[in-house]
Amino acid sequence: MAHVNAHAGSAGKAGVAHEAGHGHHDLESLRLMGFWIFLMTDVIIFATLFATYIVLRNGTAGGPTASELFEMPGVVAETFILLTSSFTGGLAVLSMNQGSRKGLIGWLAVTALLGASFIGLEISEFVKMVHEGATIGTSAFLSGFFTLVGTHGVHVSIGLVWMVALMIQLGRRGITPVTRRKVNVISLYWHFLDVVWIFVFTIVYLLGVM
Amino acid sequence: MDRIKEFASTFFVTGDPLIYGADVAIVATMAAVVFVLTYFKKWTWLWREWLTTVDHKRIGIMYVVASLLMLFRGGVDALLMRTQLAVPNNQFLQPEHYNEIFTTHGVIMILFMAMPLMFGLFNLVVPLQIGARDVAFPFLNSLSFWLFFFGAMLFNVSFVIGGSPNAGWLAYPPLSEKMFNPGVGQDFYIWGIQISGIGSLMTGINFIVTILKMRAPGMKLMKMPMFTWSVLSSCLTIIMAFPILTVTLALLFIDRYLGAHFFTLDAGGNPMMYINLIWMWGHPEVYIVVLPAFGIMSEIVSTFSRKRLFGYKSMVFALMCISVFSFFTWAHHFFTMGSGADVNAFFAVTTMIIAIPTGVKVFNWVFTMYRGRISFPTPMLWVMGFILCFVVGGMTGVMLSVAPADFQFHNSYFLIAHFHQVLIGGVAFAYFAALTYWWPKVFGFKLNEKLGKWAFWFWNVGFYICFMPQYVLGLMGMTRRISHYGWDTGWWELNLVSTVGGFLMGIAFLFQVWQIMHSIKFMERDATGDPWDGRTLEWSLPSPVPHYNFAVVPTVDSRDAWWEEKLRRERGEAPAPQPKLEPIHMPKNSGIPIIMALCWFVAGFGFVFDWLWMAIPGLVGVAVCMLVYSFSYKTDYYIPVDEIERTEAAARGAV
Repeated sequence: MAHVNAHAGSAGKAGVAHEAGHGHHDLESLRLMGFWIFLMTDVIIFATLFATYIVLRNGTAGGPTASELFEMPGVVAETFILLTSSFTGGLAVLSMNQGSRKGLIGWLAVTALLGASFIGLEISEFVKMVHEGATIGTSAFLSGFFTLVGTHGVHVSIGLVWMVALMIQLGRRGITPVTRRKVNVISLYWHFLDVVWIFVFTIVYLLGVM
Repeated sequence: MDRIKEFASTFFVTGDPLIYGADVAIVATMAAVVFVLTYFKKWTWLWREWLTTVDHKRIGIMYVVASLLMLFRGGVDALLMRTQLAVPNNQFLQPEHYNEIFTTHGVIMILFMAMPLMFGLFNLVVPLQIGARDVAFPFLNSLSFWLFFFGAMLFNVSFVIGGSPNAGWLAYPPLSEKMFNPGVGQDFYIWGIQISGIGSLMTGINFIVTILKMRAPGMKLMKMPMFTWSVLSSCLTIIMAFPILTVTLALLFIDRYLGAHFFTLDAGGNPMMYINLIWMWGHPEVYIVVLPAFGIMSEIVSTFSRKRLFGYKSMVFALMCISVFSFFTWAHHFFTMGSGADVNAFFAVTTMIIAIPTGVKVFNWVFTMYRGRISFPTPMLWVMGFILCFVVGGMTGVMLSVAPADFQFHNSYFLIAHFHQVLIGGVAFAYFAALTYWWPKVFGFKLNEKLGKWAFWFWNVGFYICFMPQYVLGLMGMTRRISHYGWDTGWWELNLVSTVGGFLMGIAFLFQVWQIMHSIKFMERDATGDPWDGRTLEWSLPSPVPHYNFAVVPTVDSRDAWWEEKLRRERGEAPAPQPKLEPIHMPKNSGIPIIMALCWFVAGFGFVFDWLWMAIPGLVGVAVCMLVYSFSYKTDYYIPVDEIERTEAAARGAV
């Protein structure tokens, strides 16, 4: 019978005090940490795409080069729109911390609208390039360009769908520990995409037209 | 009618009697499975208890079963190759077929055998070792498994539908590009690996959070069992390496599907970029599978020497060093690329440096045994086989790391022998040891020792007979991936010997299957929960473990917590009073993971055949599954105290 109290014996002293009475871990903080680690893997995804782009960016194969192709006014507009959306995303989190569900959903809606107009501008930029004959199959440079910038765009688009889903959930359930964590997660994601865009803007566009 | 015939003749692989045989076998097996499930009315049971489970122990069992099936498939591939090479100018396999077989052999053994077996062990052992009730993200864990499963299925389907990939296990361009490889085989390769790779990445994240956040109170990092440490180092390597694989495969797919020029020979593309990228994942990948092997060795050596592990801190340091250094050695796979002396020198030196922490471990194991009370049940025998084999394999690795010498060894059978020695002698032997060691914890009975020893000796003897001649063949100039050689090469005798060794390992596998079936039939229930006199927390639980693992979460104050507890009891110290049971918070089962992974399968299959009508609904299905999950808030429940009491009484009543 020595094993009857197998681990009970070692469970004394500190007991399970840190587990807040329910014998379970704080799930929301685990999820937030998991998302941080996911973002690290996403950093590596973008790092790999940047590396590929940098290696291949001179491989224009007689096709259009970066400086012939890029039109900076549109890109600068995109940049300001996305940066502003990061700011409004921050305002959304501030409203949440003040307990204002209306403010939270409102600012999230502004953020999503700005994100959507960013995507709209990006798509029109891509369409224009394709009409000028600069497609993903034209040269290694353009393959790298469309894939890198496109991957960022896909990320933003996924973020938009996610944000809408979250606004509906907030509308139904209000600010709870679960929805609070979800807002924090999407805000991390959104700021992260903003940071990535700054690198895209610098390395792809600014270095491209220099 | 004719159109259907024409479609079928390209859709299905035709013309090879071996494959027709396999077709019959596949259809027969599937019919048998469906029949048995229907006849015994087991569909609901299968769905409720297994397919939708989020219990890490069951997911672990499913990983192990799937990986053993894949071991069979990869092993048959290996034996086909050895049969072909047994005599010169053999007409058994045509070169095209041979190319497909070495490609699928490599991919299956690394990605669909070693990786899932490793994840299975993570799942079976880690939460129990750290005193947790589940992993951090049980839903994600289930999703990881199903992504692996459907990825593997997608890859294996290529065998009978559409045609297998044939560009080697890493699919180097330009050979794997559309221009040289217009069939669908490479697309199966890309999507099969891509889908299961996403699963691997999520498992990496899951176990990092589990280990960092869910340890029992008092278990400081430096009090963790060594296997848990090795899992942590492996998972850290996974999250850094697998995103590179995801991108690399995606770029290759964009090349093939949209006509981009990342890795093509024309329009500015650069095939060497692919080779760099794939090895930036590929080299860490081999450390990902071997690091847990080191952890397994440490647990087993210490248990069967009845001593604390020698040099715990140096072992932790060595594990972490390897997971960092593994990212700085990738170019040693292509010293012959022509990167110049400086680059080659850098990678040669880093490769040699990584041998140092590996050597540290070997000394730690040996010193753990020194003056221990050693016994030699099967798991410990595997450890012995492992240490010897791994040391020799490591040495030949150091030989390969010498860049100038590598120009001779490169892509020869010397290399083949080397990496099989570290992957079989290192990874496979360790995982077999782990399966035998933790089997009683998972199923509640030990595996038959006698048959296990037969399997062990057949594996070991077969291994040396198979691969030692290959080192010599490599030095004699035999290159990898050749399907025919002439009488005038002088390679016949050694190849024949090697083939004999290969079949001995095949027999060894049969012994393992027999061992498992025999042990199930004549099982002797282990009532103690601690049949090996173990040291870590998992042995404090009854076997099989109740689904909530720990009725009361233990408090830990030393390494080898369970061993110390047993010592305290021997000294007659009264156990601390048992805290009152509380309801346990558990995650609910979910059908979303398997459905979502199935949607990925559909999407992948659609992209393989360029059928957007299939790919788009697949992707939409994935998105819908994610949204459905996002909107579901009731994903957990509480096990009431009286149920815990009943379960504990039943589980421990046998003690």
